[in-house]
Amino acid sequence: MLNKLLMHPATKPVVFLLCLLPFARLAFGAFTDGLGANPAEFLIRATGDWTLRFICIVLAVTPLRVIAKLNALARLRRMLGLFAYFYVVLHLLCYSWFDMGFEWGEIAKDIAKRPFILVGFSAFVLLTPLAATSFNRAIKAMGAKRWQLLHKLVYGIAGLGLLHFFWMRAGKNNFAEVFVYAAIIGVLLAWRVWNFARKRQARPAVAVRGSEKPLRTG
Amino acid sequence: LPGAKSAVPGAQTMEKLTDYKDASSYNNYYEFGVDKGDPVKNAGMLKTRPWTVEVEGLVKKPGKYGIEDLLKLSAQEERIYRLRCVEGWSMVIPWVGYSLAELIKKVEPQGNAKFVEFVTLADPKTMPFVGSRVLDWPYTEGLRMDEAMHPLTLLAFGMYGEVLPNQNGAPVRLVVPWKYGFKSAKSIVKIRFVEKEPSTAWNKAAAQEYGFYSNVNPNVDHPRWSQATERRIGDGGGLFAKRRKTEMFNGYEAQVGQLYAGMDLKKNY
Repeated sequence: MLNKLLMHPATKPVVFLLCLLPFARLAFGAFTDGLGANPAEFLIRATGDWTLRFICIVLAVTPLRVIAKLNALARLRRMLGLFAYFYVVLHLLCYSWFDMGFEWGEIAKDIAKRPFILVGFSAFVLLTPLAATSFNRAIKAMGAKRWQLLHKLVYGIAGLGLLHFFWMRAGKNNFAEVFVYAAIIGVLLAWRVWNFARKRQARPAVAVRGSEKPLRTG
Repeated sequence: LPGAKSAVPGAQTMEKLTDYKDASSYNNYYEFGVDKGDPVKNAGMLKTRPWTVEVEGLVKKPGKYGIEDLLKLSAQEERIYRLRCVEGWSMVIPWVGYSLAELIKKVEPQGNAKFVEFVTLADPKTMPFVGSRVLDWPYTEGLRMDEAMHPLTLLAFGMYGEVLPNQNGAPVRLVVPWKYGFKSAKSIVKIRFVEKEPSTAWNKAAAQEYGFYSNVNPNVDHPRWSQATERRIGDGGGLFAKRRKTEMFNGYEAQVGQLYAGMDLKKNY
């Protein structure tokens, strides 16, 4: 039933609009002075929050697909991943603009000098090739295996994003939200390890039958 | 709460005042929550009457002061100060109060009193986040005796001509305009005169980030961000307003610079 709903032609555009809602709310707030006393800080933090949320969402696709047998979810994964990139670009843009006034020299110095900014920036840099190779033709050109290997970078990126957030909050000992994101990402990655081990166990039986084909893991 | 125009040098900046709404809704007051929007939502439970401030330690005249007595202890003045938060934003706030020195003179510190420690309220019944592990409660702060005696150091009871809103540190707080905002303890219940440098809440939580002095200083960066500039809340242009250059001692160098003559301010951050 859910699979059918997910396959509906309207699903993609609807999800697309849903993913744009946070952006619409922020843009509306920015133009109507509705973001509180410090709108710059609000925008920088909100776009960072939404980047982390989209990373959680996109990491949840495969476990959900397998556990709930929602194969049709795979259709949405690319779009969700690209929205994570969309929000991280906004995050970087807000920081560069409202905090640093587009002074590139200062920005470069800031990235080099402050570990938490360096870590966040690295996560952005690493996410860039993933976004850039999200088109079908890129998959074909690279070959599915290499493409998949490259896109496994997202696990490291999620870790860097968490570290960036953790460090940002560390000076104030305010970790409650960091732990929520860490728990979500932790569970989603732990499931993959467990799933990988489970498939591996099933492997010898396949080998006995003489199959040399490597098993595909999601 | 009316206050006469203060004659203390540096106490009347001509800069545009921050809107009362921003000054009373964008606050750091962790006892009421860690988001800056939390204090205005959660501070309503705080009971500011009756209220006593205990003066103890190395003084000839220790004692308990009821808030009504404190209010009358000296003439209330209006002081328009810049406030620079360690996070990189700033406001301009008209406070009402009098120099802390007036109280200190009354209680007659002993010769060996070198520092003043401020202890603030930590009441889990009215302050929902006092149980959290963010800081070691109660929130404490401290000043060197000469800093505490400086005429700019204000014992404040009001702002914008009114009594302090709870989220701004009612009923009595400190305002030390040349130091980062967190040095100005809110809702004070105890003032203690001591010989050794007292430990302070933020220094205990993250010593490498928050030193005892915490003077506003554009040349000494916070480990995680630059302190060279600041965002003035409510500056024209809103989102697109350029950040301002942060001034040494928050612009009060002429008044307080001599307190730190010969000190290495990078080491004594």
